[in-house]
Amino acid sequence: MAAPVAAGEDRVTTDAGRAPPAIELIGIDKSFGPVHANKNVNLRVERGVIHGIVGENGAGKSTLMSILYGFYEADAGEIRINGEPVRIRSSKEAISHGIGMVHQHFMLVYPLSVLDNVMLGAEGGPLLANGANAIRRRLAELGKEYGLEVDPDAIVGELSVGLQQRVEILKALVRGAEILVLDEPTAVLTPAEADQLFEMLRVLKSENKTIIFITHKLREIMSLTDRVSVMRRGEMVATFDTARTSPPELADAMVGRKVILKIDKSEAHPGRVALEVRNLVVRDDRDVVRVNGVSFVLREGEILGVAGVAGNGQSELLEALAGIRPLSAGEILVDGEPLPPAEHNPHAERLIGIGHVPEDRHRVGLVMPFEACESAMLGFHYETVYGRGLLYDRKAIIDDAEHKMEAFDVRPRAPLLKTANFSGGNQQKLVLAREIERNPKIMLVGQPTRGVDIGAIEFIHKRIVAQRDAGKALLLVSVELDEIFALSDRIIVLCGGRITGERRAEDTNAQDLGLLMAGVDERAA
Amino acid sequence: MSSPLKPLPAWADVALIPLINVAAAFVISGFVVLAIGENPLEAVQILITGALGDLEGIGFTLYYATSFIFTGLAVAICFHAGLFNIGVEGQAYIAGLGAALAALYLGFLPGYSLVVVAIAAAALFGAAFAAIPGYLQAKRDSHIVITTIMFNYIASALMGYLLVDVLRVPGQMNAETPGFSKYAAVPQFHELLAPLGIQWPVTPFNLSFLLALAAALAVWLLIWRTRLGYEVRTVGANATAAIYGGISPSRITIITTLLSGALAGGLAVNVILGQEHRLILEFTGGFGFVGIAVALMGRAHPVGIILAAILFGVLYQGGDELAFDKPKISRDMIVVIQGLVVLFAGALEHMFRRPVSVLLARRTTQPPI
Amino acid sequence: MELFDTFIQIFGSGIRLGVPLILACLAGLWSERSGVVDIGLEGKMLTGAFAGAAFATFTGSAWIGLLAGVTATVVASLIHGYASIDQRANQIVSGTAINMVADGLTALIGNAIWSQGGRTPQLSDTALFNAITLPFAESFGAVPIVGSIYRHLISGHDIVTYAAFALVPLTYWALYSTRFGLRLRAVGENPAAVDTAGISVRGLRYSAVIICGVLVGLSGVYLSLAQAAFFQPHMSAGKGFIALAALVFAKWRPWPALATCLLFGFLDALATRLQGVELPAIGAIPVQAIQSLPYILTVVLLAGFIGKAIPPRASGIPYVKER
Ligand SMILES: Nc1ncnc2c1ncn2[C@@H]1O[C@H](COP(=O)(O)OP(=O)(O)O)[C@@H](O)[C@H]1O
Ligand SMILES: [Mg+2]
Repeated sequence: MAAPVAAGEDRVTTDAGRAPPAIELIGIDKSFGPVHANKNVNLRVERGVIHGIVGENGAGKSTLMSILYGFYEADAGEIRINGEPVRIRSSKEAISHGIGMVHQHFMLVYPLSVLDNVMLGAEGGPLLANGANAIRRRLAELGKEYGLEVDPDAIVGELSVGLQQRVEILKALVRGAEILVLDEPTAVLTPAEADQLFEMLRVLKSENKTIIFITHKLREIMSLTDRVSVMRRGEMVATFDTARTSPPELADAMVGRKVILKIDKSEAHPGRVALEVRNLVVRDDRDVVRVNGVSFVLREGEILGVAGVAGNGQSELLEALAGIRPLSAGEILVDGEPLPPAEHNPHAERLIGIGHVPEDRHRVGLVMPFEACESAMLGFHYETVYGRGLLYDRKAIIDDAEHKMEAFDVRPRAPLLKTANFSGGNQQKLVLAREIERNPKIMLVGQPTRGVDIGAIEFIHKRIVAQRDAGKALLLVSVELDEIFALSDRIIVLCGGRITGERRAEDTNAQDLGLLMAGVDERAA
Repeated sequence: MSSPLKPLPAWADVALIPLINVAAAFVISGFVVLAIGENPLEAVQILITGALGDLEGIGFTLYYATSFIFTGLAVAICFHAGLFNIGVEGQAYIAGLGAALAALYLGFLPGYSLVVVAIAAAALFGAAFAAIPGYLQAKRDSHIVITTIMFNYIASALMGYLLVDVLRVPGQMNAETPGFSKYAAVPQFHELLAPLGIQWPVTPFNLSFLLALAAALAVWLLIWRTRLGYEVRTVGANATAAIYGGISPSRITIITTLLSGALAGGLAVNVILGQEHRLILEFTGGFGFVGIAVALMGRAHPVGIILAAILFGVLYQGGDELAFDKPKISRDMIVVIQGLVVLFAGALEHMFRRPVSVLLARRTTQPPI
Repeated sequence: MELFDTFIQIFGSGIRLGVPLILACLAGLWSERSGVVDIGLEGKMLTGAFAGAAFATFTGSAWIGLLAGVTATVVASLIHGYASIDQRANQIVSGTAINMVADGLTALIGNAIWSQGGRTPQLSDTALFNAITLPFAESFGAVPIVGSIYRHLISGHDIVTYAAFALVPLTYWALYSTRFGLRLRAVGENPAAVDTAGISVRGLRYSAVIICGVLVGLSGVYLSLAQAAFFQPHMSAGKGFIALAALVFAKWRPWPALATCLLFGFLDALATRLQGVELPAIGAIPVQAIQSLPYILTVVLLAGFIGKAIPPRASGIPYVKER
């Protein structure tokens, strides 16, 4: 096998020689249609440890854990629990093997009470009344023991996200989980809540329970875990003893050799203010304030990076700027003029030269069943280049797409091929081509290289920098710090919907930004 | 275990699978005929002879097909926007009211401009009646399936009241309006062909057929060649992407339901202005629902819809003959077939996908002989 | 007193007209609470009515008729279930198909067997569900008001009617006090939560679909073996859709479903009663206006002008784990 031999592998096998590992995954393989989400993955988790798993978005972490939890069935591979080979074909079987899982997207029934949610699947008999009392008592006990108090009669949908996660953990504990999987639990927590969670996990560990902890954040890995495994593009690439590794080593393993991160970039020459945002307040679909009083300026000829942990308001900010999401308060100024409410919509903003590369090309930026040439005109489909009269000029549409595909090296160069049939990188190039070719003076760019292969990343980055050099104003939202560093001239950091700090790219480093992302501004303090 | 299947080749996707689906519906229909003690092959023969055996049969077949093209297009255009309009029946019914009111009360209009206005009135009334569920879906998020079902019954109650209590000829038993003037009639083909010396038997087959073909062409152009159609398809395929692209899904929802209601009006034009020449109770006769089967079978494409509509025309006309020859096989048989087509071409459209792809895969992996 | 008697009469026929609605509405409630939208209630009602009448005709037994009617509707439900659950079909399309096939097939077979345009022969008393007189109906009935209500409204219905009324608390209890009910309510809101709790989504939904079949079968049987004494094509006459409306109106809850169905039944009775009657100050109200009231009310409710009807979140959406 080609996977790099993990540092410290031999040491662990020797000192764990006494008991079989709690979990062994051997040769797990899983595809979703064309997506190969897990490629021959091996993983070994010792009993009574906190084992971290890190990897970029889409690396296959959730898929692997869902296979362990019986939610998906692997195409191949073997699972061993405490040394015994087992077949886990459903979550029921996983639960019976003592596995509990807190999913990245909560598996809760929002209109039901906490009690009902915890009871679901563990009712203790055909009638609810008896079981309910037992569960109530158990919840009270667990609440005391681990500091996991929740009102059992509260409606889950009305709880804060932190409390909802608590319900998820309680679900697992009530079922007597000996092995607890947490999939990116801290993505939705405040730092204080996260610390509380860590305390609880340490208590569980002291009771010899096994914990698999998935995260994006290396700081958490370093402070919490005993061992850590790294996944990249569906493969398990390395496993380390946490004490014997370092964030840079982990980061390296996560991203592989990302040569592109050193693209040549001349100095920026920022010009006039192109876009200004004052005291912006934006709510999400559930009416929760996600952007809370954000102000900044964006100049011509610069790339302003917006850094932050996923879910701290970046997405809502981007959507609000693009006219997709309404503003609850504050204003947007374009070239010094307030954007009138009537023009706060995607169509009007495109007309005044604001381009938008959305964060999610699948759900937002493209129409998957459409021919590529049709996806390549989304948002500009009203333009007369596509036909002057009542009807479209098909040839013009195809020529236009061909031209864009040529300019951005989209492969295959097939304007009539269905959008869905292009690879992620080529789809993304198609989006960029569409937005850049119309020469907007302001560009809003979200996660430009998420799920994109390395070659395409470099290409895309170069194009973004070229736009800057042509005097355009670019706002870059990315959860990948490396990308923020590689492209930005100036960086603002969002945490909890507020700007926690602003830095010039050359004056900062990953550690500094990491603190800002956690809501701590050392310099300001 | 579900191993990933290779996607089917395009020809299998657009032709083979739909054909298998429709064939399944007909095979089961055959068993139904067998079960009630008749010979399905004989039944098919009678049906086809009745529908296509002579010019009279063909005239009736195309008359029915005309209605089905309109209702099929009405359902299909909504499909493209991701909407399910079950209310074509009611919209067509109300469209008939529009046509009748124009025909009865605008008699002062010169010559055949009356029929043109009556056709426009039919479209307008159909659209207006569809507008309410469309508006409620777009602006109040009320599920259009439920509201259009409700509106079918509201239409039926309203028309019942109007025909019985308001529009009926005083002293007449039948709940119907007085007859229209000849200038409010869409000319029938046998009348048009007679002066040219062509003898076409007297059938209700009328010029609405050409209108239906024109409507099919217009819908095709609209959906695939205009900005509006692009927006409709975008909303239907991915409403989030539509919003990103500056398209308002609620605006498209309303426009699409309006167009759908107007197309439903074509049924009223064909039946009321083309054949009955007066407004009668329940003239829609469930043809609005046939539109669902036609749209599904025609895969929401105008060409497919024309073919499916003609097939259903054959079924309805041939079914009349069949019911006459074989009283056991009543006209209800056609409704059964229609339901089975909806079942197999709609609800179970993917059922044969797996077996077919397995078969195709096996064939292609066989060693060459 | 005459006014009181009139009211008793209208309420009495309101109950009789409400019973098939109650049964069908509960049927829809079970199905939709599990996430399977069922617009095929109308067709299944016809199926039950036809199979019930046909077998009651053959055997002379109402009970065998009932069994046959329920079996037929369960089969129809399973077809819809297979399409919705296993084939991940568009549930509206599937329901439409069921309605069409049922509408055609019942008339076709009825006509093929009895050659009366699809109508079955008039059934004899033994093949019907007859009125049951409750104890003391005669003696207690003499008491004014209360006695009269007991005798004319509460006593004197058939067994299916009493079953329908009993099924409301039963449904309520099953839904809110049993393990199955909890799981069912959960699967209609978030099937993934149920799946990860180690429960089979498919099993739950199929169970719900079968219960739906049984209940709607009863409502069909009621039409042909209690309300009428024969089957006639299209005899459900939109009741399945009114039941669907009542379900929306009741916001998918059992007790409100009962109330709504009785209200709709009452409106129906009132419409018949008021036919051609000149009311003081108002004049004659068109029957159609009252008849279409359930539909209009439902649309108004759906539009959110009087409260908001939010269906179970996962209803109508096939459960797909892997894209
Ligand atoms: N249910 C699913 N159906 C289809 N594709 C999926 C599904 N779940 C995940 N994927 C794909 O599998 C890959 C791995 O995803 P995931 O395991 O969620 O990664 P991670 O948790 O590491 O971010 C991604 O490309 C994702 O799009
Ligand atoms: Mg994940």
